[in-house]
Amino acid sequence: MTTGIATSETVDAPESRDRPAVRVSGGRRAFGDQIVLDDVDLSIAPGEFIALLGASGSGKTTLLRALAGLDRLDAGTVTVPRERSVVFQEPRLIPSRRVWRNVVLGLRGTGRERALEALTEVGLADHAQAWPRTLSGGEAQRVALARALVREPGLLLLDEPFAALDALTRLRMQELVAALCRRHNPAVLLVTHDVDEAIRLADRVLVLRSKRLDSGVVIDKERRAQTGDSYATDLRYHFLNLLGVRGPQPTDRSAHPSDPVQEAHT
Amino acid sequence: MSIEAPVETRQAGIAPPVTIDLPSAAHGSVSRARSSRTLHRVLRTAGPIALLGLWQLICSVGLVDAGLLPSPWRVADTIRELTTDGTLLPAIGVSLRRAGVGLLFGAAIGITLGLVAGLSRIGEEALDSSLQMLRTIPFIALVPLFVVWFGIGEEAKYALITAACIFPAYLNTYAGVRGVDPKLIEAARVFKVSGLALAREVILPLAMPGILVGIRFSMGVSVLALVAAEQINTQSGIGVLVLDLNGTLRTDIIISGVVVYAFLGIVVDLVVRNLERLLLRWKASIV
Ligand SMILES: Nc1ncnc2c1ncn2[C@@H]1O[C@H](COP(=O)(O)OP(=O)(O)OP(=O)(O)O)[C@@H](O)[C@H]1O
Ligand SMILES: [Mg+2]
Repeated sequence: MTTGIATSETVDAPESRDRPAVRVSGGRRAFGDQIVLDDVDLSIAPGEFIALLGASGSGKTTLLRALAGLDRLDAGTVTVPRERSVVFQEPRLIPSRRVWRNVVLGLRGTGRERALEALTEVGLADHAQAWPRTLSGGEAQRVALARALVREPGLLLLDEPFAALDALTRLRMQELVAALCRRHNPAVLLVTHDVDEAIRLADRVLVLRSKRLDSGVVIDKERRAQTGDSYATDLRYHFLNLLGVRGPQPTDRSAHPSDPVQEAHT
Repeated sequence: MSIEAPVETRQAGIAPPVTIDLPSAAHGSVSRARSSRTLHRVLRTAGPIALLGLWQLICSVGLVDAGLLPSPWRVADTIRELTTDGTLLPAIGVSLRRAGVGLLFGAAIGITLGLVAGLSRIGEEALDSSLQMLRTIPFIALVPLFVVWFGIGEEAKYALITAACIFPAYLNTYAGVRGVDPKLIEAARVFKVSGLALAREVILPLAMPGILVGIRFSMGVSVLALVAAEQINTQSGIGVLVLDLNGTLRTDIIISGVVVYAFLGIVVDLVVRNLERLLLRWKASIV
């Protein structure tokens, strides 16, 4: 059975505060004989920042594309907000449009001012008139971020948006994304390979494994901020383990009698 | 440009200072680019001038009969003559009109077909295989057929030039549209740009380099097809000069006609180059 995307019509209704922004149930996708997603359930609250980990080829992009409406699922239902934005691994700016016209791509009757506001947020107001070719990789990716956020999406989909950046630029971009997501407050699904990045940015981290999603681990932001490294180290160990990488066990586990990993109940 | 690298080991007396050849130093790059452009220009003009010189030399020395190959000087004289006696300019006007009208129709048809085939699957299936087949026919082979169909008047000439111009425009437009990065189209679709807006705002501008290459080729072909078309019972145009209709064997006049054809080709090329500069600013080099 093929199920199209059901777009939730009432994102602005008052009761939508408690309704999830994204709901996938029984999601299934196969390419030929190869089943990639099988009975995937996912629920993202409005404004929640989800990081999705998973081995290469585990189907993260497949899931993200289904949420973006770029691809279909073979079975299951998908409910997503009407306004969705994607930032891909590459900036994917249209080279024949000036930077600001890339930002307002597809927004009829939206003028330069709005584009400039969005570009200011990513620190690129000076480049509004530039051609995309003249931007550096990091700048182009910031324009892509501005283009995604300028339409105030209910769901922001990020498919390894930092993967092609150098380490320093990546850290800056992570901070920028965190700040802008706090301000615009969309539901976010960040696909990443970087466990540390997932822990640093997300409210909840999911791992796509054996074609399914677990309910994920809620990141305790207080503990992440206070105890700093050791909490993060434990989480890191947990996720790497799930991903099949056997790292060295954190040595001072006794210092943390409580398990850092609390399964989310949603 | 060579630059001496700052080497500290000099004091230590271990290694001698190293001299590195850099392709262009920061401060020298502008003037360097300018001087290399001048060099290019000199080289580009030097070739043709040398050829002309050789031609003049052969004629002056008397290596060939002046009746068979008049000197460039003589040809220039003839062109001046033909201009003052009022034959050349009207002839150029007539020929330009033929080439221009044929090009206009041919390129318009070719670009339209290329867009249809490039943008829609149905269009591709309906058009591409037949056009790919037709394009292998050398258009000169059509001359007799077109004379039968359209007579020996202007219509046959327009039809021939139009037909010849369709294919380069079609092929390059189609390739240009198909060459647009599907990832960009996908990104546009994410932001709800689809259908006509997608074609106009994303695909058409990105296919423009290909389309302009097509127009450039079509322009070249239009001059070629003009030459072929003017072999058909020509009463006017540059073809009259070249065909030596009264059998006077005036090679200087024939060559004058050829020179004018060549000149048309150059003008056409200039026009397209400027068109490209205008339409493809986003593609200009990064500097
Ligand atoms: N269009 C397609 N046709 C056939 N197979 C596909 C297609 N798209 C994805 N796949 C397959 O589905 C599987 C999951 O692909 P997907 O791109 O979702 O992985 P991923 O988790 O994003 O991997 P990565 O981390 O390397 O980006 C892969 O085995 C891939 O070969
Ligand atoms: Mg992927």
